[in-house]
Formats: sequence, structure tokens, C-alpha cells
Amino acid sequence: MSANANAVTRQRVDGATIVCLQGEVDLSWSQQVRRAVLDAFADGVPVGVDLAGVGYIDSSGIAALVEGLQLGRARGQRFALVAPSDAVRAVLELARLDRVFTIVDSAAAVGAAT
Amino acid sequence: MDAPAPLIEVTRLDAWYGRRQVLFGVDFTVRPGEIRVIMGGSGSGKSTLLRHLLGLQRPAAGSVRLFGVDLGRASERELLGVRRRIGVSFQGGALLTSLSVGDNVALPLREHTDLDEATIRIMSRLKLEVVNLGGFQDLMPSQLSGGMVKRAALARALVMDPRLLFFDEPSAGLDPVVSAELDELILRLRDALRMTIVVVTHELESAFKIADTITVLDQGRVLLTDSVAAVRAADNERIQDLLNRRPREVPVDAEAYLRRLTEERA
Repeated sequence: MSANANAVTRQRVDGATIVCLQGEVDLSWSQQVRRAVLDAFADGVPVGVDLAGVGYIDSSGIAALVEGLQLGRARGQRFALVAPSDAVRAVLELARLDRVFTIVDSAAAVGAAT
Repeated sequence: MDAPAPLIEVTRLDAWYGRRQVLFGVDFTVRPGEIRVIMGGSGSGKSTLLRHLLGLQRPAAGSVRLFGVDLGRASERELLGVRRRIGVSFQGGALLTSLSVGDNVALPLREHTDLDEATIRIMSRLKLEVVNLGGFQDLMPSQLSGGMVKRAALARALVMDPRLLFFDEPSAGLDPVVSAELDELILRLRDALRMTIVVVTHELESAFKIADTITVLDQGRVLLTDSVAAVRAADNERIQDLLNRRPREVPVDAEAYLRRLTEERA
């Protein structure tokens, strides 16, 4: 088990909506994560998902991120992953998704990401 | 810190086929994050051990625990809980011939979860990407080569993100390049997904490349469980036979042999 409890929160940072995930994202609550990611687009601004506090992510969690990317493209809103932990990065690289997502170092960079 | 609890704990396991004992007091422990290779020649009992680890056979004596659950005593519900956390890639692939590759891979998600169909589609296609079969979801199994069948079966075994993956003879029947790619993939899976992996193989080269630890089985007994280096250096004669591919001397118990040939209830 991770030291961090599982949690998803949302905040506004420099004109972008940031969904912050904590803990271990797996089948047990990834549908909740999916909802949170998709709902974040409602504000009509760039969306970032902060993954710095995620110790494990399974493919249902990755699927939620892929759907976010897809929705962002469809709506013409930027979508970026923020500071993915090493654990998240390893999973992205396994599926070569590190070359598909926009990845930025900080929430402040989401609004500016290209 | 204490060492993490073992994911697999087999204690004093005996197995029989009819009157013939095929496993003798096997002890077998695997810790989280480990890649364990079970090695042994034909008839060494490695497939029988695997069948017990998967709960497909009940122990005649001894116990098999996965995730702390005693498979021989578990309720149906507990067994289902264990099965959802393991993935199995069988030697022959065992794809359903009437389903497309994509539907084969998605099958466990459709059976065991109530995930949204969009999530299921992405998850199963992701796994096809991981095994280098991206875009092949609409093909039928009959259209795949042997190596592709094996990789599709691996994608299906991975689709539920199992914490524990069993892989039966990953390189059997594959050309050396594909086989080396699969070995590489097994290592990456462990590192990226923190999987614990048990591989049954008689391919030495593959075993030495991927294993953290190796269990050598011979005629139903564990000869040795140790690191790759220790197994290579072992002075046990049977292990050296195995490493050097020398044929073994089969001991004959004349009485038992005669009984097997002649008794009505064998």
C-alpha cells in the first residue's frame, strides 16, 4: 500500500484546470478518476493531470488519461500530464505513450503548454 | 523493515497421477516483484506444479497459498478474488478461435468488470501495443503467426493488470529474435507494472536472462532454488546434466514398474 491515500482533487492554476491524483490508481476507483478527468474540460480551459503523487497506475487509469487526451483534441482544449512520478513514467514508456501525451514539469506550465 | 509477505507459498506439496507420485514435498516461495523461473526437463513436474499454483489441481498433501489464500481450502468467492489478480499465458496461446484478437484480449475485462466500454477498448488496445501488436485487434487468431498468437495471449493475460503473471514456456517454438523480444518484455513488465512473474521454461538462455531466482525441479523434487549465478555454479550432478543437456539415467524400480504395467487399477 502507498503512503498516500487515494484522492482526486481539482484546482485552478494560472488559467488551467488541474486534476490532482494521489495514491494508487487502479480498477477499484479508476472510473472515478475518469469522471474527474472528463469533467475537468467543462470549464473550457486547458486541463492538466498532476501525477506527482501517484505511486502506481494501472491501465484502467492510463485509459482515463487517454480519454482525456482524446476529449481535449475533440474540443480543442489543451491536455497535459504534470510531473508524472517515476512509476507513472515507466508505465507510459512501456506503452510508448510518453511520445503521445504532452508532459510538463509543473501545473503552471499547463496553460502555456503547446 | 520486514521482508514483504510472500505472494506464493507452497508447502510440502505432493501430487499424484493415479498411483504415480509426481511431486514430492515441494516447497516453493515467491516474493513480490520477483521473477522466478521454474526449470526442469520433461517429466520433472514443472507443469504439475504450475497447475497447482493456478488452482487447477487440489493438493494431495501440503498447501498452496497465493496472496495468503489457501487454494485448497478457499471458498469459490475467495478463489475468484485470487483469479482476478493473476494472469496466465499458456504455452499454446489458448485464444478463442471464434473471437477477434481484440475481443480475445478484452474478454477478461468484459467477464470480470463493469468498466465502461470505451475504457475496455483503450485498455485492451494498450496491451496489444505493449506486446507490439498495435492495430491487429480485428484479425482472427487463425490469421496470426505462432509468435503473434503468443504475444496476443500475453496481452490477454495482462489486460486485468495482474499483480502475478504466470508464463508457460514463453519461447517454445519461437524464432530467436521474437523469443529475445519476449524476454525483454517480461523484464519491462516487472519494472513498469511491478508485477511478480513466474515463468516455466526449459530454455536455459531465456531462463538465465530473465530470472532473479531459479527453481530447478527434477523428478518431482526441488533440487535447488537460488540466484542465476548460484544455479550456474551448482555442483549438483543433475543440474549440470540439465545445463549441459546430458540425457539422464532413469532409475527403474522393478516392482513398481511391474505393478504399473499389470494392475487393473493403476
